[in-house]
Amino acid sequence: MTKGKKLLTPYIYLLPTIILMCILLIIPIVMVIGYSFYDNVIINKNPVFVGLENYTTVLSDPVFLVAIRNTLFFVIISIIAHFLIGMLFAMLLNTRYLNVMTKGIFRVIYALPWMFTASVIAIVWRMMLNPNGVLNYLMTNMGIISEKIEWLASRDVALSAVTVINIWSGYPFYMISILAGLQGISTDLYEASALDGANAVQTFFRITIPQLKPILVSLLMLDFVWTLQQFALIWMTTGGGPVNATETISTYIYKQGFSKYQYSMASAGAVILLIVCTIIGIFYVRQQKAGD
Amino acid sequence: MKFKTVAKKMLSAAVVGAMVLSLAACGGSGDSDGGSSDGGDSGDSGDGVTLEFQQWWGVELPDGALADICQKFTDDTGIKIDLLSNPYADTKTQIASGAASGTMADVVGLDGSWVYDFAKQGSIANLTELMGNASYDDSQLSSQIQFEGNTYMIPVVNFAYPMYANMDILEKAGVKELPKTRDEFLAACEAVKKYDDSIAGWAIPLSTESPSGIQNQFMTWLWASGGSMLKDGKPNLEGNKELEETVDFVKELFDKEYIAAGANSMKEPDMVEEFTNGRVAFMTDGVSHLTTIKEGAPDLKFDYITVPTVEGFSGTSGMDVANWGIGIAENCEHKEEAWKFVEYLMSPEVNAELAVLANAFPGNSKAEPDYSSSDELFVKAYELFQGCEAINEFTGAPTSEDLMRSFGEELQLYLDGDTKSAADMLKAAQERWTPAFE
Repeated sequence: MTKGKKLLTPYIYLLPTIILMCILLIIPIVMVIGYSFYDNVIINKNPVFVGLENYTTVLSDPVFLVAIRNTLFFVIISIIAHFLIGMLFAMLLNTRYLNVMTKGIFRVIYALPWMFTASVIAIVWRMMLNPNGVLNYLMTNMGIISEKIEWLASRDVALSAVTVINIWSGYPFYMISILAGLQGISTDLYEASALDGANAVQTFFRITIPQLKPILVSLLMLDFVWTLQQFALIWMTTGGGPVNATETISTYIYKQGFSKYQYSMASAGAVILLIVCTIIGIFYVRQQKAGD
Repeated sequence: MKFKTVAKKMLSAAVVGAMVLSLAACGGSGDSDGGSSDGGDSGDSGDGVTLEFQQWWGVELPDGALADICQKFTDDTGIKIDLLSNPYADTKTQIASGAASGTMADVVGLDGSWVYDFAKQGSIANLTELMGNASYDDSQLSSQIQFEGNTYMIPVVNFAYPMYANMDILEKAGVKELPKTRDEFLAACEAVKKYDDSIAGWAIPLSTESPSGIQNQFMTWLWASGGSMLKDGKPNLEGNKELEETVDFVKELFDKEYIAAGANSMKEPDMVEEFTNGRVAFMTDGVSHLTTIKEGAPDLKFDYITVPTVEGFSGTSGMDVANWGIGIAENCEHKEEAWKFVEYLMSPEVNAELAVLANAFPGNSKAEPDYSSSDELFVKAYELFQGCEAINEFTGAPTSEDLMRSFGEELQLYLDGDTKSAADMLKAAQERWTPAFE
């Protein structure tokens, strides 16, 4: 085999993947970036190049700024709650004080939210959070509230309600991943720390957390990107309303594209989101490389 | 491994991959009515032309009904119809993609809210020209959806939106006569509240996700009293006294807590569920939900009325309609044949048959559908519809869904007390609507 052929061989093996990635990933991304520099594509048969005008319009749109604020709240609270609940449940399931059967049952129960699709979660929670729904019924009967709360219809609580739904649907991913990590930590470390006289808190912060660090960093970064892009759950529960109270970047982009037919504006919004996700992606890859 | 061997294996894999992709592409053509799609342009087949007909009706009609109707057309004319039937949302996406790429099916089912954008793009054909070429008498059409003075969509069947009244609740609340005016409606809602304050008088779905409540529940009050939200095809919200009165009327319903809770996130199915479960006394809704409600609550006693009007109104009430419309793609190579097909669907006999099958009202004013086997409430709704003027000003309006959404947001702000007056609210809505009409 000649040197040239030898060099070429691995690329031939990679060719099917490269072709698929180009068709499904690279070309659409390049097209969307291109669209964002024109006045209005698709609707307008002869779009005009407008440079960064779409970006300045999007970034100066008060609704987009509200969407950024809401997205940050939604993402940060979701990630923190996912982490805390996931860690708590994983530790409960990893404890030696429960027998295998009990652990198995709770593993299934705790992991259930992860099994549902976004549409099922939206329907179930819409029913529960209906003013005549089960949550208001229980809270009224327990004397917690005196009047029905419009969980998804009130501008004051809608964003928190949607965030709670997202927390509920997302924590099992953390729980399962952390549980796998916990089971991989050598018991020798815990025995050694016990001999050194470490208490439970010290053991947690000095052994458990450092050992789980690579998993936790990956989880946080992936969850950040996923939650940032969360669309289906918000769209099906509130549609970004009432009056932009739950508007996020993803619902904003959708409305620009498929309701206002402003595909270029939608593309500009999507590119901004892509840039944020890419930055997180770079950190993720670096962290993975450092781990290797 | 030798380079030749690797290349050979790659070639084999590529051929297999291509075969799999082509098989997937064949299997992926959307068809649910027995028709098959060649996935490409229409062309001659056998003794005539083949037209692609993309719509969502085939999914909603009884199995095979649309295919049978199309087959009769083929038997009469030799023109074959290739049905592409998919659910509404998929059809919308596919038609929009076709419009963008110039590959739209020859004949397309249209929703009135899409017409403006497709007509502006030049992706649907001017039917006024085609009707003129065929010397078609368009006076028999109950309505035509126009853009810049030319017809681009013809409503084939209409779905009316009368008001539903829960007779069980109203009788118990002591409401002896069904309301004909807004004042009587307010009195009926008050009676219902006094009877049981957990029951709402009326419901309006204002969810941002699906803002059709502005069209089907809010504007129906305005149209019923002969009002209009447009003037010469442009928004007429600011300074529109009839609209201001309507906004204030809904505000009064809201302030007096006659409106079902959770309106800001409510969707139309939620409203129907509230009514079916006896938690709402009145709702404005499509006749198409009649079967759903009867199946959900077989013992529920309810009736249809027209939407109450302002005091002293003596004109013809407008009744909101949604419709299954039809249009022809600009890229269609057989427009003459496509028009023949549209003409066939709009003929009195076929149109009447379609209306009965769809539980709807015909788009041809000369059609006489046989509703003898239909529910008596449906017949009553038809009679009410015939006494009213069919109206939907959002049909043919630009980015109509966005218009509804922005109006809904301004209405919510007014209902919540963020906007001081109905006039201010309408001014703000007008400012948001105007760019779409420019």
